[in-house]
Formats: sequence, C-alpha cells, structure tokens
Amino acid sequence: MEGISKHYGGVRALDGAGLRCARGRIHAVLGENGAGKSTLIKVLSGVVRPDAGRIELDGAPVELRRPADAQRLGIVSVFQELSLMPDLTVADNIGIVDPPRRWGMIDARAQRRRAEAALARLGVTDIHPLAPVRDLPLSRRQLVEIAKALARDPKLLILDEATSALAAADVASVFGVLRALRDQGLAIVFISHRMHEIDEIADDCSVFRNGRHVASFAAGERTPNQIIEMMIGRDYDSVFPPRPPGPASPAGPDGPPPALQVTRLSWAGRLRDISFEVRPGEVVGLGGLDGQGQRELLLALFGAVTGVTGEIAVGGKRVVLSSPRATRLPGGGIALVPEDRKTEGLMLAMSVRDNLSFAALDQLSRLGVIDRGAEQSAVAGVAELLRIRSDGLDGPVAALSGGNQQKVVIGKWLLTRPQIILLADPTRGIDVGTKQELYQLLRRLAAERAALVLHSTDYAELIGCCDRVLILYDGAIVRELEGSAITEHNIVAAAHNLPAGEPA
Amino acid sequence: MTGRRSDLGYWLAAQRGPLAAAALFAAMFALFVAKHPAGLSGSVVNTAANKGVLLALVAMAQTLPVLTSGLDLSVGSVFVMTNCLASTTLAGTPVQIGLGIAAVLGAGIACGAINGLVVVVGRLQPIIATLATGAIYQGIALWLRPAPGGDVHEGFADFMTSSLHDAVPVSLLILIATVVVIWLPYRRTALGRAAYAIGSSEQAAYMSGVPVARAKFATYVLAGLFAAVAGLLLTCVTESGEANALLAGSYTLSSIAAVVLGGTALYGGAGGVIGTIFGAFVLRTIGDLLFVFDMDALSQPLFLGVVLLVSVSLGSLRLLRVKRRLDLYR
Amino acid sequence: MTGAATLRALGARLRGADRAVLAAIGCNVLLLIAGALYDANFLSLDYLLLQLQVASFLGVIATGVLLVVLLGHIDLSIPWVVTLGGMMSTATAGHTGIVGSLAIPVAIACGAGFGIANGIGVAYLRVPSMIFTLATNTIAQGLMVVHTGGFAPQDHATPAMHFLAVERTIPGIPNAVWVWAALGGATVAMLRRTGFGRRIYAIGNGERAVYLSRGHVGRVVIACFAISGACSAFAGVLLAGYSTKAYQAMGDPYLLSAIAAVVLGGANILGGRGSYLGTVAGVILVTLLQSILSIAQISDAGRQVIYGTVIIAMLLAYGRRPKGVS
Repeated sequence: MEGISKHYGGVRALDGAGLRCARGRIHAVLGENGAGKSTLIKVLSGVVRPDAGRIELDGAPVELRRPADAQRLGIVSVFQELSLMPDLTVADNIGIVDPPRRWGMIDARAQRRRAEAALARLGVTDIHPLAPVRDLPLSRRQLVEIAKALARDPKLLILDEATSALAAADVASVFGVLRALRDQGLAIVFISHRMHEIDEIADDCSVFRNGRHVASFAAGERTPNQIIEMMIGRDYDSVFPPRPPGPASPAGPDGPPPALQVTRLSWAGRLRDISFEVRPGEVVGLGGLDGQGQRELLLALFGAVTGVTGEIAVGGKRVVLSSPRATRLPGGGIALVPEDRKTEGLMLAMSVRDNLSFAALDQLSRLGVIDRGAEQSAVAGVAELLRIRSDGLDGPVAALSGGNQQKVVIGKWLLTRPQIILLADPTRGIDVGTKQELYQLLRRLAAERAALVLHSTDYAELIGCCDRVLILYDGAIVRELEGSAITEHNIVAAAHNLPAGEPA
Repeated sequence: MTGRRSDLGYWLAAQRGPLAAAALFAAMFALFVAKHPAGLSGSVVNTAANKGVLLALVAMAQTLPVLTSGLDLSVGSVFVMTNCLASTTLAGTPVQIGLGIAAVLGAGIACGAINGLVVVVGRLQPIIATLATGAIYQGIALWLRPAPGGDVHEGFADFMTSSLHDAVPVSLLILIATVVVIWLPYRRTALGRAAYAIGSSEQAAYMSGVPVARAKFATYVLAGLFAAVAGLLLTCVTESGEANALLAGSYTLSSIAAVVLGGTALYGGAGGVIGTIFGAFVLRTIGDLLFVFDMDALSQPLFLGVVLLVSVSLGSLRLLRVKRRLDLYR
Repeated sequence: MTGAATLRALGARLRGADRAVLAAIGCNVLLLIAGALYDANFLSLDYLLLQLQVASFLGVIATGVLLVVLLGHIDLSIPWVVTLGGMMSTATAGHTGIVGSLAIPVAIACGAGFGIANGIGVAYLRVPSMIFTLATNTIAQGLMVVHTGGFAPQDHATPAMHFLAVERTIPGIPNAVWVWAALGGATVAMLRRTGFGRRIYAIGNGERAVYLSRGHVGRVVIACFAISGACSAFAGVLLAGYSTKAYQAMGDPYLLSAIAAVVLGGANILGGRGSYLGTVAGVILVTLLQSILSIAQISDAGRQVIYGTVIIAMLLAYGRRPKGVS
C-alpha cells in the first residue's frame, strides 16, 4: 500500500500512509487509536475507500470497492467488531460466503464438516457446529471468527485485535496455527495493543502515528519503550503512576465505614458467596480468567440483574439495588463504566455535550427544565479535566476515537460525583497514550476518596493500578492479593485455581 | 458454554416458534370441528381452507422482508390489485387463462421489484416506502376496477375452490405447492440464507461479503409473487375483482400479526414461512370459533383484539426467567 | 460562550437533520405554486386558512406520533383511538349536568388510558410496539363496535367542541389552529428544554445506554404513548366537533397520513432524530398534497397513484439512509 489518504470530515485519518508486507512473514502494526491503523486495515479490507493512494497485491494493482472484492482476492480480515450473525449457527457463519453446494442449494452436511475441520485446526473441541452463535461467550465467538477467516484459504490474513477476549491458552493455540500458516507462505498483518503478544508472534513491525507511517523494522530491533515512544511521540517512562504506600484509609472500628461492603453475594449460580469490602480511596481489582463472574459481579453491584441474594452496604448503610436507578444515593452513589462503550455507555448519534450531561440531568435541572448555563459549565469543566479531544462539544460522539469516547463515558459519571466507581475492562482497545491518562485519572479519583472496583483482563493493569486484587474463579473469590503480593505469577496461579507457590 | 446437546436438540430449539403455532392451531381447529354441527366434513374443511390459505399466502409474503428486518406494508394492496387484474384476465380458453395467470403473477413480481428497487437502491426506510407504493398499487387497482365486477371462467374458479375427492381442498394443495416449490428451495440457497444473515446483523453480513442488496431485493420480489398467488385465489373465491382499500389494509395488518404469531421476530434473523402459515390459520380460526360458539357478531372484533393481545404478550412470560435485566434492552 | 463558538454551534444545528426540514418547507412552497397554477384562488387567505384548519387535526395527531417515533417505536392504535375520542366525547355530551360538560376531558382520559396500556405493553412486557398497538387498535375497535351496536352514533358534539374545531376568534384564524399552535409550542419546549425531552431522544438513540445511565426508560415510554393516545383522542374530539357527530372508522385515514407527515418532516422512523418544526412542515405538506389532488379533479385511482409517487419522490430527495450499512 502506498500513499493512502483518507478524510473523514475535517479529520485526516490517513495521510500518505503506506505498508509493505511480505509473504511468509507476520507483520505487526502498532500505533495509538487515531493513528490510522484501523482505517488502513479497513481500506485494505475493502470496507472503506481511500481518497488517494494505491494498493498492489503480488505486484499487481487492485481496486477494492467493497469487502467482497477484497475477499475474492484472498484478503481476509478478522476485526475487533465481529462479523458473526448471532442468530445463525456456527457452521452457517463459517460458511456464509461460498458455501459448499449441491444442485444450487447449500449442502448442509458438507458445510458442517468444513466448520468442524476449521475449528479443529485451531484446537477447539467444545463448540458444536449447530449451536447458534448467540449462545456462545465472547471468547468462543472470537475463535469462530478466526476459524471463519482461516476457512477462506486466505493469501493475506489481517487480524485487528482479534485475540482481545481470548484466554492465554486459546491465544497460544491460535498463535501456533498462525506460525504454521506463515511457514506455508501466508502473509499476516497483526494489530494488537498487547506488547507481549507482539513480542511473541511478530517477525516485522511498523509504527503509525497521526495517520502517517513512522518506521518499519524487524522484531527485536527496538525495545518496547522505544516503540511506545515512537507511537506516542513523546518521552515515555512508565505507564502507571506510583501507588501511594500504605492502606488508603485506616480500617477497623475507628476508621470511616467502608465505601462498599459486599456480604455473601450470590446470583443465579454465576456468583457464589462473594464477600469483600472497598475502603474510600482504594482501588480494588477483579482478576481471573475470562467469564468467571467478574462482569456479572459488576452488573450486580449496579442493579442491572435480579435475583441477587446477600447484602450490599454503601457507606455502612444497607442498600437494595433493584435497578440502576437505585444506585443514585445521597453520598454520591455508584457509577458503572460498562464493558461496551459504544452500545452501553454512549448514545452514539448524540453530541458529546448531551452524552456528558446525561447521567446528571436531574441535578442540572430545575423542575424538569434543564439549566443550560449550569449544563454548559459542568460539561466544559469535565471535558477540560479529562482533556477530551474532540471537534467541539456539539459534534456527535461517534466521531471521537475510542480513547476519547471512553473519557466521555467516565466524564458522564464524574458529573454525578460518585462515591463508588465500577469499571468493566475500561482500557480494552484503547491506545497507550490514553491508557496512561486513564491510569492517572484513576489514581487521582482514588486520592479524592472515591472507591474504585476495576475489572481488567490485562494483569499488567492489575499490578500497576490496584491496591488489592481479588481473583475470581467459577463465581467465587479464590484469592485476595495485597500490595507487593500482586505479581503476575500470583495472579495467574490464582486464576487457574492453583495454590500459591511464591512467597509474597 | 455450549451445552451437550444432540443435533436434534438444536433443530428443535430453532423450531420452537413454528411448533408452538402449529400446536395452537391444531388445538383450536379441533375445538372448532368438535363444536361445529357438521363436524369434520369436507365442506367445513374446504371453507376453512379457502379462507385460511388467502391470509396464509399474504402472510408468507410479509414474512420475507421481515426476515431481513424490513417490512412490506403494500402486501395487502398487491393482493387486491392482482385480484382486480385477475378478474379481467381469467377468462376465455385454457391457453388464455394460462396467460392470464402468468400475467397476474408477473404483475406481482413487478410490484415486488418496484418495492425492492425503492428500498434497496433508493435506500428508503421500508415502512414508509412500502406505505407509499401500497397507495400506488391501490390506485392501479382502482383504475383496473372502478367498480366491483369481472368476468371469471366459472369452471376454473370452481375447481380452484373445490376439494379433491371431497376431502383435500385445492387451495391447500396450492399453498403446499408454493411452499415446496418456492420457499423450501429458496431457504436452502445462499441467497435465502443471506436474508436471515441480514436480519441477524446487516453490518456483520456486509463485512462478511454477503450480497446484501441482491438478497434484500429478492425478498421483496418473492413477497410480490406470494401476494399475487393470493390475489389469484381471491379472484377464484369471489369470482370478481374489487378495489377494496379496507380489505387491503386489513390483510396487511393481519399479515403482520400472523408473522408474529408464527414465531418470526419482527427484528428479523429468525423464523420462517411455515410458522407464519400456522399463525395465519390461528387468526382465521379465531373468527370461526366465535361463530361456532354462537358469540355475538358484534363482540367479534373485541374478542379478536383481546386474543391477539394475550397471545403476543404470552411471549413476555419468558421475561420472568431473564435474570440479567440489562439484556432486556436492545 | 464566545460569539464565534455560538455561530459554530448554530451552524452545526442548521446542518444535519434540519436539512430535511428545509427540504420539507421547500416542497410546501412548490405545492403552493403548483396549486396556484391550477386555480388562482388557491393562494387566497380564506383557502389557506381553511387548509391550516384541516391540517390542525392531523397536526394534533402527528404530535403524538412524533414522540413515539422519536423513541424508536410506532403507534398503530391511532385510527380507533381517534374514533374512540370522538365517540366517547359525544356520548358523554349526551348526559345532562356536570357530567355532560366533561365530554372533552373524558375523551382525552380514555385516549391516555389506551396510551398507558400501550406503554406498559411495550416497555414492560417488551412486545414490539408495532404488534402491541395493532392489538390495542383492534380492542378499541371492538369496544366501539359494541358501544354503538355497529351503527353510526346519534350523539351530538358539545358547543365547546364545535367552538374549538370550527369557530374563529381573533383575528379570523380558526381556533383549531390556535389549539395546534399551543400544543406544538408546549411540545417544542418540552423536547428542547426539559430532561424528559432529552431522554426521549436518548432512548431513541440507545435504550441500553440510557438504562445503564440511570435513565428511567419505562416511565418515559409510557408517558410518550399516553401523550400519543391523548392527542389522538383529542383529535377525535375536534373532528367530532367539526362534523358535529362522530362516525365509524373516522380515524382510519389519519394513520398513514400522520406517519407520512412525521417522516417527510425529517424524523428517522428508527428513532432518535427528528424535530417538531419538521413535523409541522410535514403535516402541512401532506394536507396541501391531498387538497391539490382533490381540487384537480383527478379520479380516485389517479389520486392514489400520484399521492404515493410524490411521497416516494420527496423521500428520495431527502429521506434516504446513508450509504453503506446503517
């Protein structure tokens, strides 16, 4: 790809960007969100048409007007937003385009065999080909998506954050398959925000920044810090702000009551007998393998599920959370930064301003009428505080980058001055620069006596941000790590429900 | 995680809607036949079939665009318009009648194609686009038949509305033939499956390279075809043509109700024509049941409305089982 | 806000969805010109005021429809709730004394009651609005058939109803128009300046996000359907006042016209986008179109065809979905 440019309104997504990928090599593409990697990949997949530039495949120029064009040329992509149809079966999804046919109609049995073969190649044994995709958890869906891509017999395989929801074991199998395919001559373009994955799998790397290509080099030629500096364009020391020493606030009967106290919380067999507490100013992490109940726990703490048994107390007082509205409490209440910011955290078509003020509308209104002036200053204040980069507060929030969108979600809640903030994997799919800003924000919120509960699939985050980490396994807390005991080894061991081997 | 289910288990789970509708229809029809003075006689079955098949065909037409999470509010108008057209062409020699049938079906396909063009190429919302095209087709019907009337070959009409061996209604056979010859093969082609894919997630289908435009267009064309078959049958039943706007409207709305009763989600992506057929039969049998139980003719619309309300709300019982309140909101 | 920022914000408002409103207003102008070309009397003040009066009835209904459409729902119970409003008001008027004078509030309350039922079915029973309101429409029809015994009711409208619908006070403008204007003004204020209005747009844009932002989805949905029912019933009252009687199926023609008016005014049928100004333009547009078609003495058949074709043409001009996938 050479000289590719693409505008979106006033924003230059790509500015003369280029990429060279050879056969039989795994090429990692790095850069912040907004750097243009996603757009470049979309151009290559035919989802988006560039305003300028050339694409050549095997030396011959090609024109990609829609995804079907790219796929016909052997360019197959796996995106972060999955391209699976939830109501169709796994076999139907894998064979959706160009299924095996008999007399003009789809040969269901042959299609099923093809699906089974594709899944087996990835080492997957527990997905039934006739299961509707709707019934599968996110990690299984990602595997189906990858199987679907591989079943197309690609010449060029593009993976955009394709392993973000996979557990370590699954990632290992997928990488094994990728290496085997590479050795057979497949060209692979791989995007990920996880440095250790890139370390493991990449042969070559390219860094993008601000829509332009910055550098390309073979793997191992640069240190991670150098790479990150290339991505964010400024000096980079450590991602995580220092943790304050000692407990956040004195525990025991003399100190203030814990901000959040959970006693024997159970729900629908997915959560079993969970008890813990969070003191004001503390950051408590939820770790463990994917799907062990972390998401459900956060939803339960926000009132978004019914049938919860056990007790929840906020600021020492018992509360019954029958719905999210019940999280509005005199001391500030509970806020949830949800998992899927696009569908659960934001109203995409509405303006940044409307999104920011939404949770606090009651406080900004008198007798139901919105006080425009108060709304204005509150919104401007929080946008300033979080350094939300956008083309004016009246533009649609859909136009913002992922990191800035997440800031809007957090900003929306900050306007309600919450006492407890729950965060469901907040930095998923967000670039390093914004991640750093978010970590500093979390630390600052803790310093201002908020109590934070942070669920993260990235153990580096748990180590760097949290004062305490609770590891969940099968819906129960199996281990609580504090302070210097929070290490990668301990987290991983506990996540697999293995006894601790290393001293703290 | 996927449970340990057999292949049959998965198939049954997918057919839940149509099976429920079929069971409901069987129960209601049994009740109707039991109470009817003439019982399960050929003429009773014949009358019921003729009425039911008309709605079933129109509802089948509605099912197709609904699968792609679209809608066709012109099916009733196409139904009435093809009825008026048939009332002018279904006469004369067998060859002429044959050509007449072809013309009527062709007209239905043309209407469907227009709908498809407007929705797919014009990129208009289906609700409002088909509302407008429905008005156009109604106008054409009025032009064809300013006043009710027509000249229909009696022998042909009688045959179409009769029962073979006094037991199997011809209309029912036509319905079955339509399903077997058109629907079942279509459903198993890539284009048919594409309709489900689009209804399930149009974005994902597009990204996967599914021919979205072609698949959507095909659903509207098939809808027009099914509505035309219904119009043909109506002409045989009434032996005339009438540009009845009220009938068109009532059939359109009833077709939506039949689709829902038959287990096809209005959001698309799941369901099918078989369930819709039973949904249509259920709707028709309600009226018959009221008649047979000597219910006051005046209370009929009220009773129908209540039954409709209760049956669509029944699906809400499953909400009691939903533990994640969040999942209730799309 | 600085002056430049204010101008930028204003510019942002004028672009986007309001392009459809401008197009609708433009089409109105075109229709007025077309009518004038046919008959010079078309542009006479008398005739235009008459058009506005007729448009008011549709406008009242369209107000309720707009709110429901903004939520991303649809209200198919309009035809028989309108009829319900007409018949309940005239029936109540038949009683003497204090009860008789409550004709209008009773009718509106009945409409609101149906609306609340619709809202509960849609928000709490989670039945798709299209099918639930279809069922309540049939129930309303059933109730009215039982009530009237299938005949046209003999009750008369009250003088108050007649006053609202037909009379003209200052300064020669029909009262119905003032009624519509008042209702419209209140709606605009509600949509743009209150939290309730903001929540309506939000739900149409993303119900899930509203739920997780502590928004009260159920209450807003019920309220909007209740308003829609009340508006429909009130329109029935006005129509009965206009003809001094209520009659069977009096609401039937208004369903499609109301939906067309709202969509032609730039509202997105899937919810989240639309303005009252656009709806006003759409209502006038539909009314003018129907008037021109009846004046031009085209046959019934031709009228239908032209009506449908014009709507499609207008939608193709400015109502298209964006390219690519929604």
